Amino acid sequence: MQQPNLSYIKELAGDDKVFEQKFITILKEEFPQEVDIYKNHIAKEEPRSAAEIVHKLKHKFNILSMEDAYRFAVEFEDELRVGESKLHADFMDILNFTHTYLKTI
Amino acid sequence: MNCIIIDDEATARAIVAHHCSKIADLDVIEEFDNAIDGLKFLNQQNIDVVFLDIHMPGFSGVDFVQTLKNPPKIVLTTSDTEFAIEAYEYEAIVDYLVKPITDERFLKSIQKIKNSVLKASASTSSENSSATLGEELYINIDRRLIKLNFNEILVIEAKGDYIDIKTETKEYHVHTTLKKIKDKLPEKLFLQIHRSFIINFSKIIDIEDNSVLIEKKVIPVSRSSRPELMRRLNLV
Repeated sequence: MQQPNLSYIKELAGDDKVFEQKFITILKEEFPQEVDIYKNHIAKEEPRSAAEIVHKLKHKFNILSMEDAYRFAVEFEDELRVGESKLHADFMDILNFTHTYLKTI
Repeated sequence: MNCIIIDDEATARAIVAHHCSKIADLDVIEEFDNAIDGLKFLNQQNIDVVFLDIHMPGFSGVDFVQTLKNPPKIVLTTSDTEFAIEAYEYEAIVDYLVKPITDERFLKSIQKIKNSVLKASASTSSENSSATLGEELYINIDRRLIKLNFNEILVIEAKGDYIDIKTETKEYHVHTTLKKIKDKLPEKLFLQIHRSFIINFSKIIDIEDNSVLIEKKVIPVSRSSRPELMRRLNLV
């Protein structure tokens, strides 16, 4: 799986280390919240609502330079919007992998 | 200029706010995580620019734009490039930014906002002066003389023995040449940028590579006309 990195965040922050840290804190807070909401919608078999959260999560993949995960999320979002969730297990692998990475930064 | 940021993602708001902090004359007045609160705020405050996420559950960015009666300049932010196609359907929307937003792209957007504000102000001033100075021409269509104010003309295009005059509301097909009408137009307002096109300089929305955008029409700029076009731009 494609390794996440902080290149976009560092480029955005420039020399502003305070912003960089603040932004990482926001990301570390928001990501697991969205994952929980996503899992909740899947558990309740609400694929279209889950699609809304996948839409937000894919932005996080872009922030972390995870282009492959982003493309996968685009495909999965489309699938959810038509009421399917076959890619759920693979998507969970990406979420868990990303969450593990976020705990290290 | 002042602005507000509307996005249901905290990370997205933080990114836009940080970009804004790098612009000397742009202040972020408030941030909202939903469009309804942003709308209420806009009804109470005079805001120049809204950075608006187009994809929000419940009340989307498009709903938001449609609801506003006198909208400020709006820059859409989106994770989906396909939404960009819709972006220019609304006059208030001056640009769209695909997430994650880079410094370079954000700066370009700020320039578009400033150009848009300048054009709106120039257009108002032009309309006022035209009304008092009678700056107009008459075109002959089916033996009717139709008056056109210079400031309502967008583009004039040569079509064989005819020209098409596109205004903000209509298009006129007139039997004359581009050369003849060019002589009737004020040089300060009009510029021939191609052998087939004369444009109203104040109506330019955007210039990119070898074309200009006026309203929704992309007009080619010939190589020989480009230096004069660049000379007349108020480039920063």
